[in-house]
Amino acid sequence: MSYLDKSLKEIHQALQEGKVTSKELTEEALKRAHEYQEELNSFVTILDDAKEEKVTDNVLSGIPCAIKDNFSTKGVLTTASSNILSDYVPVFDATAVAKLKDAGMVMIGKTVLDELAMGGTGTTGHTGIVKNPWDPTRMIGGSSAGSAAAVARGIVPYALGSDTGDSIRKPAGYGGVVGYKPTYGLVSRWGLFAFASSLDHVGCFAKTVEDAAYVIDNIKGIDEKDMTSFDSSNVNIVDNLNNDVAGKKLFYIKEIVDELKEDKKYYDNFLKVLDYAKELGMEVKEESIDGNILRGIYPSYMAISCAEATSNNSNLTGIPFGNRKDGSTPDEVMINTRTEGFSELIRRRFVIGSFILQKENQEKLFLNAQRIRRLIVDKVTDLFKTYDGCIMPNAGSIAPKFDEEHDRLSDKYLLLENHLGIGNFGGFPSITIPSGLVDNMPVAINITGPIMTDDVVFNIANKLEEKIGFVPLSKKEEK
Amino acid sequence: MYKVTIGLEVHCELQSNSKVFSPAINGYTEAPNSHVAYQDLGFPGILPVANEEAVKRALKVSMAMNCKTPDEIIFDRKNYYYPDLPKGYQITQMTKPVGINGYVDIDVNGEIKRVDIHDTHLEEDTASLDHYDTYSLIDYNRSGIPLLETVTEPCLHSKEEALTFLETYRSLIVYCGVSEARSDKGQMRCDVNVSLSETDELGSKVEIKNINSFYNVGRAIDFEIERQTEILQNGGVVEQETRRLDDETGETFHMRSKVDAVDYKYFIEPNIAPTPVTDEMLEEIRKTIPMLQLDRKRKYMEEYGLSEYDSDVLVKVKENSDFFQECVDLGTDPKKACNWVTGMLMGYLNENEIKIEEVPIKPIMIKELVDLVDAKTISSKQAKEVFECMIESGKEPNVIVKEKGMMQISDDSAIHDIVMEVLKENDEQARSYNPEKTRMIDFFVGQVMKKTRGKANPAKTMEMLKEELSKYGK
Repeated sequence: MSYLDKSLKEIHQALQEGKVTSKELTEEALKRAHEYQEELNSFVTILDDAKEEKVTDNVLSGIPCAIKDNFSTKGVLTTASSNILSDYVPVFDATAVAKLKDAGMVMIGKTVLDELAMGGTGTTGHTGIVKNPWDPTRMIGGSSAGSAAAVARGIVPYALGSDTGDSIRKPAGYGGVVGYKPTYGLVSRWGLFAFASSLDHVGCFAKTVEDAAYVIDNIKGIDEKDMTSFDSSNVNIVDNLNNDVAGKKLFYIKEIVDELKEDKKYYDNFLKVLDYAKELGMEVKEESIDGNILRGIYPSYMAISCAEATSNNSNLTGIPFGNRKDGSTPDEVMINTRTEGFSELIRRRFVIGSFILQKENQEKLFLNAQRIRRLIVDKVTDLFKTYDGCIMPNAGSIAPKFDEEHDRLSDKYLLLENHLGIGNFGGFPSITIPSGLVDNMPVAINITGPIMTDDVVFNIANKLEEKIGFVPLSKKEEK
Repeated sequence: MYKVTIGLEVHCELQSNSKVFSPAINGYTEAPNSHVAYQDLGFPGILPVANEEAVKRALKVSMAMNCKTPDEIIFDRKNYYYPDLPKGYQITQMTKPVGINGYVDIDVNGEIKRVDIHDTHLEEDTASLDHYDTYSLIDYNRSGIPLLETVTEPCLHSKEEALTFLETYRSLIVYCGVSEARSDKGQMRCDVNVSLSETDELGSKVEIKNINSFYNVGRAIDFEIERQTEILQNGGVVEQETRRLDDETGETFHMRSKVDAVDYKYFIEPNIAPTPVTDEMLEEIRKTIPMLQLDRKRKYMEEYGLSEYDSDVLVKVKENSDFFQECVDLGTDPKKACNWVTGMLMGYLNENEIKIEEVPIKPIMIKELVDLVDAKTISSKQAKEVFECMIESGKEPNVIVKEKGMMQISDDSAIHDIVMEVLKENDEQARSYNPEKTRMIDFFVGQVMKKTRGKANPAKTMEMLKEELSKYGK
């Protein structure tokens, strides 16, 4: 087995002992990136000139990683997988990227996303669709599609992603890797291309809970450039991974899990994980939340995210930067740039967002969506007074085939496929870990906890991961 | 005649070290695009950080205008597309402005009028555009500069009231030390709403946007009153619209109608976490608000008995007024302090086109100078000489008087000795002294002064000479 496929701690040890070099790891990661690019299309940019980094005491030093292409990277093309930014080279680093650079990471590429991070399929980026390494006829999910695929394929041990509705956790589940979205403000959003600011989170993909913990410990922290970031110097995730979880209390939401019952394979997998939790001494209970509120998650998410997105992306006019198209007046320049620069799906979201923000619609659409958001967050926060976390199936099925269509108005879709948005609504720390295979494809569970308890959420996930004993694709094939 | 109703929206750039949501310098520069941070260009991934100093300054003005302050500071986005707006939205305040429901008293020809303030809010300025024949250039130096917009109720009823409000508001801003408020530097800009009506109900509102000087505000109001009067007199209806003023001709032109009004799709800026406004914070700020122009003027007239003219002269520039006040607080007679400040001091400043901060003079020096004259140590003529030396050198009056040997001889016995000496030396004239002949006494005073090199107190000398001459030789 290549050192690249080992845990971050093991790679770090090997680097320190001189068994492998940063250069070798970098070359190996670049080789794999190219090798799988045609099959998976994970990368917008592969950085062939990536240089090895000095190995320090930091576990991340000298180890390659990939960055979602909506993180501003100084001097490195950053497209957000949109034609409007297909030539955009940023002049500054996102804080998360800068922190990884300080830690000594080696960035080997920028990964494909759904255009401007809006989408959950990984099929809408301007450089083409991203495929699932477990089965290339299936999607990996999105929007952090390339990062998920690159980690699932073992091209890099970890990757940065962003999560506005479930954009890290959904594809992590489909790809059989760990996906983490921290408490809102734990990691600075400076330099993350904004989709919906009140819902956007910076997070990561890794093969194990422990690896993800190392990444988050390195990128978290208060940032004077992000007023919503907070001081978390008292939070140490790695150090608390192995605490005893006996006595911890978990709940699952009845109305959502009920939708899973009709499909025994999935339901059994979930029950098995609940049994593991109980074996670890945790209490697991069922809790009920009004189905009408739960059915409101998806529509209110769409309303809020589209509204914020239409405003956040108003900077893309081609005037100060970007792919400017000609026009005889400034208005024409902006209209032409935006018409040609965005795909139809994106324009559709902007029209929806604009409609929602219009004076005559704000009360009914925008403010009501925020009321639903508030209702859900209040309810879950209330439950978190009793519980340490909420444990749920990550999605209603394995990764869909490219031609599969969801009935977006069915309860199954509204509840099972969209409940991860609760984590974004409340800014709750939320982790997705693989929980086994169904039809030879990975399935996953999600644990979401009260804000600022990132360490506890990691701790619970780490203990469950040991019990589950999932083998990632990259290691599986080595055997 | 129609009733004229005017409302004003005044934009004023605030001073601060950095811009309102970015770390770029907030300062004047000749070089375009040199005070620009990533935020000011709207690059993807930027986030705003609210400038605490600018927020406090805005709150200061809000409180000086007797506004109700909010329980927390939050901002809103005003969304629209324009080449001077790099983010595609302007961060402003709509939900909770820094101030609402305030008032400012103005003095319109001696009549005090209360102008109601609808609200005052903090926002960011846009970039500036320079238009040429076939292209335009964008200067982002102005992008993100803190701007305070104050909106009056439609409660002004003449050009004079509107201009008086603007002057008063400008002085309030300057007195609060939050801006130079100079329209020639583009720091103050104004939107004017004018409506005419035969009844007490307001007529159609016509807004004239982005006027760059008070003079032009006056022209716009004049033109609108005339234009709307003509329409109404001819039985027409004034259209509710937005117009612009042509600086060349002083005429206003149609920009857009009410039906074309832009929906700015306001919503709360999600990247700026709400900051609570505490009582302690407000108290801290309140302490820094100085007594304002009109209050000072009233005080000078009522308490110090100064003339309206002198009071106006004193309060015109806050620093001069502060200087005067300190003289008075040190115990100087207000009228004498006023004479020195409005006379010699401001004369000197005007002549040299400098500000009071630029001369090495301190209020305590005026106090000393007045004391020296009061004590008859120096004459008022000498005092002027001392003043001139003082303002150039910054030396204290006592020092100057000593250095120049100006100290008057007021000691009775010393003067008496000299008087007797002079009389003896001019025995003949002294004997023939006739009190009717005033020229004679002047001769003797002149002799005493000659001997003392002008240092003998003239009043005392005169008194003593008269007494001694009347007894001389008898």
